[in-house]
Amino acid sequence: MTDETQSGLDTVDEGPLPSEATDETFSGSTGDPAGHPTVSALIEKFGDAVRRHRLTAGDQWVVWVDAARNLEILGWLKDDPNQCYDMMSDVTGVDYGGGRPVNVVYQMFSTVHKRELRVRCELPIDALEIDSVCGLWKCADWLEREVYDLFGITFEGHPDLRRILMPDDYEEGHPLRKDFPLRGRFSRPEQTRRALNQDVEHYYLAEDLDQGGRPQEVAPAQVGTIESGEGNG
Amino acid sequence: MLPGGGTSKTTGPMFGAGSLTFLTSKVDAIINWGRLNSLWPMPFGTACCAIEMMASAASNFDLARFGMERMSFSPRQADVLICAGRVPYKLAPVLRRIWDQMPQPKWCISMGACASTGGVFDVYSMVQGIDTIVPVDVYIPGCPPRPEGLIYGLMMIQEKIREESLVKHFEHRAEDPTWVAKPRANEADVVGLTGPFGNSTQQDEPSTGVAVKADDLLT
Repeated sequence: MTDETQSGLDTVDEGPLPSEATDETFSGSTGDPAGHPTVSALIEKFGDAVRRHRLTAGDQWVVWVDAARNLEILGWLKDDPNQCYDMMSDVTGVDYGGGRPVNVVYQMFSTVHKRELRVRCELPIDALEIDSVCGLWKCADWLEREVYDLFGITFEGHPDLRRILMPDDYEEGHPLRKDFPLRGRFSRPEQTRRALNQDVEHYYLAEDLDQGGRPQEVAPAQVGTIESGEGNG
Repeated sequence: MLPGGGTSKTTGPMFGAGSLTFLTSKVDAIINWGRLNSLWPMPFGTACCAIEMMASAASNFDLARFGMERMSFSPRQADVLICAGRVPYKLAPVLRRIWDQMPQPKWCISMGACASTGGVFDVYSMVQGIDTIVPVDVYIPGCPPRPEGLIYGLMMIQEKIREESLVKHFEHRAEDPTWVAKPRANEADVVGLTGPFGNSTQQDEPSTGVAVKADDLLT
């Protein structure tokens, strides 16, 4: 075990960082970039676009990069033969509340070099827009839809940016944002009414998915509702 | 003299005086006996309660002993809806439609804390008790309930069926067609279900007696 790894494990003992933690209060390891070939290469190639880096949980490198250049940097990480991060494990978001920047987190793995890297982009709370990486990794499609659904981050250039977890007609906002009330914005009766008014007959045909089309709509009259009470025992 | 009957004051053309009420009573008994020993459950398992439901159907507990020989995965052939697990709002219309598709007579079991009250999921996405969506006959507490709990709940359904009478059929089973796919609970009921102390996770009133809104705690 190298010294670098040991210093990363120290922060594990401290437990997770509180959401109030700022860069000033951060006491963990920022890591020596030489310990991870990708991090040092990123700093060398992109300079100021790499805002800062950290080493957490033993051997997990985290790199903050300029959100405006995310497509360029991630594209390089994927295509450069010395990096070759061909697997996008996860795209997610973090809202720390209090008007602080919302982070978009890319968790990547290189199956060629057997290396992991976490890249984060900070977006100001009043301008939640970032370029989509769907063109680089197909799997980012649904992951970015999830982040859009729950955090309201708009991914420019996404082929089909719709809600994925919440109902299509959900109008209460984006639930994982810190300014979202735990029980939603509408009253329970209103939520129940809206839930029961959902059209559960929306569905996709295979051709629609191929063409990135919209769901088929079936009028309620076509789908066999109960005309009268079935009281015949 | 057959058990459980009285004597009729009217004169029946076929069986003579005193026999009509016996006849009705025995038809009830036979029909109820048939119904309660051939309940086919419609399993609506959404979470960990469904694991216990599967265990109930497996050999150690063996629901088939009670006539639930076949889990009916089609609502059209089912008698009792077992809602096992939490129901999010997105699933609410599906649950309601499955209930509407089941033919009468039908019964509903709300299995576990989440299905009955929302449980720990007192959040934006979760139905606070499926009795706001469909009428529930039996609530089974537990998180999740053991298979014995589910079996006890089903036996309570059987007990309920045993008490039913064809004479009161439409009283028990009246359904307003205009209420199909509508919330079963009215607005006051839904508010009541989620008011202070309305469920297990309501933290608006701590023991000091000073009301604290959940919104204030979050900021």
